[in-house]
Amino acid sequence: MIIILNIISIVLILTGLVFFFGSVVGVVRFPDFYTRMHAAGKGDTLSSLLVIMGFAVYHLGQIHWSHFVWADLLVVVKLLAICAFIMLTSPTATHALMDAGYEDGIEPLVRKKGNALEDKK
Amino acid sequence: MGYRVFIFVLLMITWVLLSGQFDAFHLTLGLISCALVTWMSADLLFREREDPVLQRVQEGWGVAWYFGWMLWQILLANVAMLKLSLSPTALQQVNPSIVHFKTKLKSDFAKFLLANSITLTPGTVTIKISGDDFYVHAINDEAAAGLDGEMERRIASIYRCEGAARRELVNASVKGNGNGRGEG
Amino acid sequence: MNTFFVWSGMALLLMMVPIFYRMQIGPTAIDRIVAVNVIGTKTAVLLIFIGTIYPGGRVEMFVDFALAYGLLNFIGSLAAARYFHRSKVEGGGIDVEGEAEES
Repeated sequence: MIIILNIISIVLILTGLVFFFGSVVGVVRFPDFYTRMHAAGKGDTLSSLLVIMGFAVYHLGQIHWSHFVWADLLVVVKLLAICAFIMLTSPTATHALMDAGYEDGIEPLVRKKGNALEDKK
Repeated sequence: MGYRVFIFVLLMITWVLLSGQFDAFHLTLGLISCALVTWMSADLLFREREDPVLQRVQEGWGVAWYFGWMLWQILLANVAMLKLSLSPTALQQVNPSIVHFKTKLKSDFAKFLLANSITLTPGTVTIKISGDDFYVHAINDEAAAGLDGEMERRIASIYRCEGAARRELVNASVKGNGNGRGEG
Repeated sequence: MNTFFVWSGMALLLMMVPIFYRMQIGPTAIDRIVAVNVIGTKTAVLLIFIGTIYPGGRVEMFVDFALAYGLLNFIGSLAAARYFHRSKVEGGGIDVEGEAEES
């Protein structure tokens, strides 16, 4: 039973690391501020989520059910709470920073389609 | 009154979760501080205070299901991003555009959910919300085309107060045109 | 299992280095703040790695640290976003809120 949980946690953590790698490559390679935000916002959220979920599964396996203490279960619940928290706040921070960047006057790289924000003015 | 009790219970659950101590001293401390916070600033958390508790629980349940669906969308978004950032011709595939559309959702929390969902689905990030206007940065044409009303419809179906928006969106989808898609 | 955690934590740490590069060269200030935000989230994750391999089983302490760190990181980037909201880089300074509204 513990072995199964450990394998699940290893898979989750490794997947998170792979997605974080994609996000890092995107942040370094993409051409302008807005496209870099795509990589930072999405990859950061999912990789943190997956790694923390992996730890939640691992600590679920570490609970001694024979002499059960609530504190052990609380670790798992707190890790899941961090997951929910990151899922809510990370896109919000991305959005706030993007808005600030736009207000700051960073020109988006637009190849052929019109820029709806410019049309408004 | 019911609203305040609801806030108090929420705060108390958070306290017990974060403290992890179940002896009388810590629980009394929690009771006192939660009562103090409820008394001072209960009106900061929700806007519609008259909604019955049962409806709130239903909405919370709906939001929880919605998060399950979102997780799947985030996974798809990240696979797309991983492909894009690791492909050798990434710079040629990037063809950004800024899309404008008007939402029919009314409450702030529903708009917040929609903005977060747009940020986390493949290829699109919300730049600016002012009133009902959403400005979305799409990384290529494919992502811009995928910005139909599905997400909006799902969010509207969670909230009872968004009934008008829900009916309009369902009508639009039956007619088969993209609802309210602006002048991209 | 501990060996796996040590190595994957080190991989996470190594992958933060290119983000430091972006923080160093980032053309605009917001680019740097985004890099700091990403590093902050990953530090919260790294704290859980440290807590799990910490001898003596004090995970709950480190999970609290991670929660607080995530919270601070979010508030920090929101504050930075507010700070840069009304400022123009070319102007060389921060506009007073009222003046920015008028112009």
